[in-house]
Amino acid sequence: MNLPILPGQKRKLYTTPDGRTVHGVIAEFSDVPTVYHAAESVRDAGFKKWDVFSPFPIHGIEHAMGFKRTILPFIVAGAAFTGVLSAVLLQWFTGAFDYPLVVQGKPYGAWQPWLPVTFELGVLFSAFASLLGMLALNGLPRWHHPLMTKDRFLAVTDDKFIICIEARDEQFEPRRVREILERAGASHIELVEE
Amino acid sequence: MTSIHPDKATAERLAGLSAGGVVTSAQREDLGDGTLIETPGVRPPLVLNNRSFGEVTDIVCGYAENPAPKWWLPAFAFAALVAGTGGLLILYLIITGVGTWGLTNQVDWAWDITNFVFWIGIGHAGTLISAILCLLKQKWRTAVNRSAEAMTIFAVICAGTFPAIHVGRIWFIWFVFPIPNYNYIWPNFRSPLLWDVFAVSTYATVSLLFWFMGMIPDFATLRDRADKRLRLGVGGQKLLGIIHPDTIRAYAYGFFAMGWRGSSRHWHRYEVAYLILAGISTPLVLSVHSIVSFDFATSVVPGWHTTIFPPYFVAGAIFGGFAMVLLLLIPARELFPNFKDLLTLRHLENMAKILLVTGMMVGFAYSMEFFIAWYGGNEYELHVFLKNRVSPWHAPYWWAYWTMITCNVVSPQVFWFRKLRTNPLVIWIVALFVTVGMWFERFVIIVTSLHRSFLPGEWHMFHPTPVDIGIFIGSCGVFLTLFLLFLRFLPTFPIAEIKAVLPQADPHGHGAHAEKGAH
Repeated sequence: MNLPILPGQKRKLYTTPDGRTVHGVIAEFSDVPTVYHAAESVRDAGFKKWDVFSPFPIHGIEHAMGFKRTILPFIVAGAAFTGVLSAVLLQWFTGAFDYPLVVQGKPYGAWQPWLPVTFELGVLFSAFASLLGMLALNGLPRWHHPLMTKDRFLAVTDDKFIICIEARDEQFEPRRVREILERAGASHIELVEE
Repeated sequence: MTSIHPDKATAERLAGLSAGGVVTSAQREDLGDGTLIETPGVRPPLVLNNRSFGEVTDIVCGYAENPAPKWWLPAFAFAALVAGTGGLLILYLIITGVGTWGLTNQVDWAWDITNFVFWIGIGHAGTLISAILCLLKQKWRTAVNRSAEAMTIFAVICAGTFPAIHVGRIWFIWFVFPIPNYNYIWPNFRSPLLWDVFAVSTYATVSLLFWFMGMIPDFATLRDRADKRLRLGVGGQKLLGIIHPDTIRAYAYGFFAMGWRGSSRHWHRYEVAYLILAGISTPLVLSVHSIVSFDFATSVVPGWHTTIFPPYFVAGAIFGGFAMVLLLLIPARELFPNFKDLLTLRHLENMAKILLVTGMMVGFAYSMEFFIAWYGGNEYELHVFLKNRVSPWHAPYWWAYWTMITCNVVSPQVFWFRKLRTNPLVIWIVALFVTVGMWFERFVIIVTSLHRSFLPGEWHMFHPTPVDIGIFIGSCGVFLTLFLLFLRFLPTFPIAEIKAVLPQADPHGHGAHAEKGAH
């Protein structure tokens, strides 16, 4: 049985003549429809470890790339539940258990006045979960990345679109990758080292 | 071509066939900058002059990268001076006591809480634009959402100051948080004032997260541009011969960009996170001002004890907030190059319409409040409205009430006329009126309800002291200082979001030519 996460079973990566590990191949595209169709052809060629880099979210790219929807909403739902629960516990503990206080002659454990704070804490926890969860799932913050060494890659946050097929993909084979990307209409193709 | 627009020049420009060139008023007077088109089936362009992705980047990053315009430094120095003076007055207040304000035994809330509600209300437009308009898929929000969100943060900073300093002994302010302490007592979670602490601090935090998350991709753009100039060795001299400004930019923007590199897998999660934040901010923004209104509504003071307060406060907040957005962005539109390409007349017109609608909602609330005071049969409540607020013969504060009505209900009515609601100067003047009017609304609610209690022996007028006035003006200075810093150093527009609504961002190529996009 092949367990890819076990040490020692890592696939041998490609290296450049001067001994540096290859990260992948990048190809530049200059407009959205071309990169969208290029993404479809890379998906159809069966690659798994690859990505499309763009200055803005391209509408429908998740279908062109064929990846699954993120689990982020479930993380946020968990956080919201935690927030609500901790707000209820906090208010019950302070106002009804640890130091019961008569206010306006109401019962100690009346839940109605707890609603505003419960709602606010639920929102607060969910907001943190959606930002931090998004960053964590994205593997950010990560202030350096092999791709950032490439001058061409810097234009991704401006007006260029780049597809990167990574060397750790099972199907990675430099010549084939180059051929697929060229056929898809890439204007520049480059090798990226780690 | 004529199917898009009868005027050939405009049609070609809308279709992206002729490059640039603002439609002058000589060509079509009623079209303004070309975005006021009302032809069914044609969407007015969100960005003028057929800008490319690169041009959008250049325009917005230019504000943060180019030397500041000549007016910026004097304006900043002035605003900072006002803010500093306000800060010194707060110091004086803390050293001396809240007696330096004009508060009396009867009017124990006055300008402090007026300013608090005023500022927190202004913040609400930012969240409304970023959250509610996002959920409603109003693409025009991209022109204003970043600056409106910035405004939210700055307004909440100003707002939070006032309740904090009005407690008097500010070194005990930690009592409002449920922190275990040697007295073994806890805050009272049944008090709307404590709800307020949670609501406002949650609101400040969530708005900050929302704003920051929106800026991550734009920080990455600024980082990459600085990095690129460093690699190419262009971009001028080192500062004092020590460090290159682009080095500072690359590190500062780079730090906050969190290593964003525009990956589509990242964008996917980013968009989901953004949508979730928008989804939870929408009820949040409604809850915050409702809870602020509970501070009043749950009391038994006639004039405060009404059930209409939550929706009335929320409508007023949106109204006042949009006025502030317009008040700040219309001058910015004139002062910064190319600002008009991104913030078009259509955007201003849309916001003017929102002012008209929310102004009438507020006007409805005023009249309904009055009606219920009569219909409810509570003579004290009716007395507050009739004899303490409205009647020029009985109410010492009648001028405040009628200022509020004139500014908030009457002045936005000019927006019924298209010519007036598409004229930036008119919009700006009305926005100024509304801002003044919304301050008076809170003053009327707070002071006129308090200044006369049930016994005539408890009747007092409120007279603001110079400290009252100075701290309020100081808070305006803080707001303006922060906003000027924002215009100078941060991405003023959501670069990535604007690119995403450009016609050429359509992956199926439909938007590239308007004749196809018009279907």
